[in-house]
Amino acid sequence: MTEGSLARGFFRLARGVILTGCKSRLCVLALPLLIAWPAAAAEPQPPVPLKSGIEFVSADIRAMQADDFANPGMLWVTRGEMLWREPAGRDGKSCAGCHGDAKTSMQGVAARYPLIDAGGARLIDVEGRIEQCRERRQQAAPFKRESPELLALSAYVAQQSRGMPVNVVIDWQNRHNFEAGRALYYRRMGQMNVSCAQCHQENWGRKLGPETLSQGHGVAYPAYRLEWQSMGSLHRRFRSCLSGVRAEMPPQGAAEFLDLELYMAWRANGLPIETPGVRR
Amino acid sequence: MVARVHVPASVKRGAVFEVRINIQHPMETGFRYDNSGRPIPKNVINSLVARYNGVEIFRAELGSGIAANPYVQFYAIAEASGEIEFSWVDDAGQRGSERASVAVAG
Repeated sequence: MTEGSLARGFFRLARGVILTGCKSRLCVLALPLLIAWPAAAAEPQPPVPLKSGIEFVSADIRAMQADDFANPGMLWVTRGEMLWREPAGRDGKSCAGCHGDAKTSMQGVAARYPLIDAGGARLIDVEGRIEQCRERRQQAAPFKRESPELLALSAYVAQQSRGMPVNVVIDWQNRHNFEAGRALYYRRMGQMNVSCAQCHQENWGRKLGPETLSQGHGVAYPAYRLEWQSMGSLHRRFRSCLSGVRAEMPPQGAAEFLDLELYMAWRANGLPIETPGVRR
Repeated sequence: MVARVHVPASVKRGAVFEVRINIQHPMETGFRYDNSGRPIPKNVINSLVARYNGVEIFRAELGSGIAANPYVQFYAIAEASGEIEFSWVDDAGQRGSERASVAVAG
């Protein structure tokens, strides 16, 4: 048999299957299913039901977060409120000088972050935006990532969105960051060779040692972690997880972290912001 | 150092009311080492005093067993309108103070 006749034979067979197969209605049903199945497998969905990390901690920590006075994160928020009004830089401009009262101007802002910076066409988080404002508008030296001042200001800004649902939109501008973040979320990392998803997507609610695995949403950050005895940013929390799986830890504010933050914000879409949260 | 003091906005004369304070402080125990192996010197708030219209009503000696950002709560009897003033000092000699006013009715 020559190659040509083999191909003709195969073509005849295939045509036969299509013609006979499509006499039944099953074919009509099966075709869209076959198209939809691989797409659904590649597009992981957020966990159902969505549960904030606060639902996985003990009652005393829940009470601590709920009481605005007992919540130690409020110390940073109070400091942030002072910094908001404090003039800084060459021209002595304060945040309040441009943005006015944060209670109205910053309401709901943190729920939309991280977003694409209009000027730079790159992803930027709340901390990054504060640093940018400080450098460009106030002409002052930027605070460093994880400095008490930046934690205080970002906590104060994020607190203005407390109770508002995360609302991150994925569009053509941030699509590639989103895809990169998702790839990172599902990538096995470190000596432990585990991905974010293996704990927080596939096994949330189960135990890892004494701890209950949460769904791993970032809605409480910057949050007060009892383990740290201090306020910390979401990127510090990322580094904690990466250190746990013995993986390489990018610095706070790294592009990988911003992509991951975007994917996680999309995953938490609809969950209310809790800043300043309290966690173990 | 930021501190927050909380007292009820108004209390009845003779009533017992709750006084709460939360101070931002690392409460360094002296048992920790930094990344290069040097011990981090102990630095905790060692004394905390509360005065109600100038009269001392509460005093605490805190040690290295107290967590960072100490939270202290106690009760006082409302005698007269005025101020509750806290003052504290840490091992590094840094002093801090914070006050809240209480209005006594009746």
